[in-house]
Amino acid sequence: MAKISFILNEEKRSVEVEPNQTLLDVLRDKLGVKSPKCGCDRGDCGACAVLLNGRSVRSCLILAVEVEGQEVRTLEGISQPKLTQLQENFVAMNSFQCGFCTPGVIITATELLEKNPHPDLAEIQEALSGNLCRCTGYKPIFEAILKTAKRGRS
Amino acid sequence: MAITHEFKYFRPTNLAEIIELLHKYGDKAKLLAGGTDLTVNIKENIEQPEAVIDIKAVPELSILDNGKDGLFIGANVTFTDLLEAKAIQKDYLLLWEAARSVASVGIRNRATLIGNICSAVPSLDSAPALLCYDAVVHLQNYKGKREVPISEWFLGPRKTARKADELVLGVSLLKPRGKHTGCYLKLGRYNGEDLAQAGLALLASASDDYKAAWCAVGPVPKRSSKIEDLLHGKSITPELIRKAKALVADEISPITDLRASREYRLHLCEIMLERGLQVCQMRLQGKKIDTRNILGG
Repeated sequence: MAKISFILNEEKRSVEVEPNQTLLDVLRDKLGVKSPKCGCDRGDCGACAVLLNGRSVRSCLILAVEVEGQEVRTLEGISQPKLTQLQENFVAMNSFQCGFCTPGVIITATELLEKNPHPDLAEIQEALSGNLCRCTGYKPIFEAILKTAKRGRS
Repeated sequence: MAITHEFKYFRPTNLAEIIELLHKYGDKAKLLAGGTDLTVNIKENIEQPEAVIDIKAVPELSILDNGKDGLFIGANVTFTDLLEAKAIQKDYLLLWEAARSVASVGIRNRATLIGNICSAVPSLDSAPALLCYDAVVHLQNYKGKREVPISEWFLGPRKTARKADELVLGVSLLKPRGKHTGCYLKLGRYNGEDLAQAGLALLASASDDYKAAWCAVGPVPKRSSKIEDLLHGKSITPELIRKAKALVADEISPITDLRASREYRLHLCEIMLERGLQVCQMRLQGKKIDTRNILGG
């Protein structure tokens, strides 16, 4: 066991972990942060995406010990103090059905919009290519992101 | 799924510590940078290291230096780091296009180019570009440093010239001289996250000097000397492209696997060479071409 400290959703957290525990398992099972989901467990599906120092990463492929001293943001943090416009658009446009992929999709889309506030459809598709959704056929997801992207475009 | 295998985790903060740990553990140690391959391999018990050495806290290994004569890419440099460096898109276009084609954003944010060449699967996207730029791999162990040309690096699927106690410090690339261009074409099942069924990098200069390298169509990625020799000193014409395509079957040895048949790969590689040479020609003429849709959607 080693004690690690890191910033989780703007709050300093310390937790005891084994070297072979993934960030995903520690977030869900030790810290009660349930938005990242375990889908494929090998980095292909994107359901476990979190932001690490501002970049989206697969928390199932990261050892918890690796994030010592770093900054992790999950959907729980993004949703505070209130839902973002992107999230509001997901709700308004029925952009999820079962919802399992949604936290990862929001994380990835949030990163995209931070880097590129006005992406076109092709850029959105490219950014989302690592997030699998088996319900929606992606259309309402792309539409909600496009709608958010078009806001404020001069 | 929890990882069942237990290991010791080290996070050294300087090179000397890494070298010492590698000397002590040898092939019982695995080096960890992005972890996008290693963590999966440990989960699936393909790798069972006694020690995992995280190299991300060593600043020298994060160097990305675009100098006058060449580029140095340190072991911790991720594909996203490469993509965000505008100068790399300008000076090393095929490497940039190859980096863009790797997996998805969430993987590229973590996965390193050095990890890619150390995993050494036959479909690795970064190799054809590195072969065209005559890259050199820089290694260090407790005895000292050595350099291995990228053409001698890949020994077989998942096998490289790296010894168990060696750390890859990075790779250096030669900057092509004079006016030049190139492209990396990747054949996948769709545009999006996929492994290459075939990959082709072409580097072409305005003085008609060409380099061509393949991945995913043989046990190791390799340059195509017959095609390069044919093209050398000549301008691209339909007749020249036809002759070059006729050499493809001699230069690659694809297999049939679940992603594509040997015959499909052989045929598409000829098409890739044709379209790749056309892209080079148009780019040398100053035209803007997006290669992502060049093989269809």
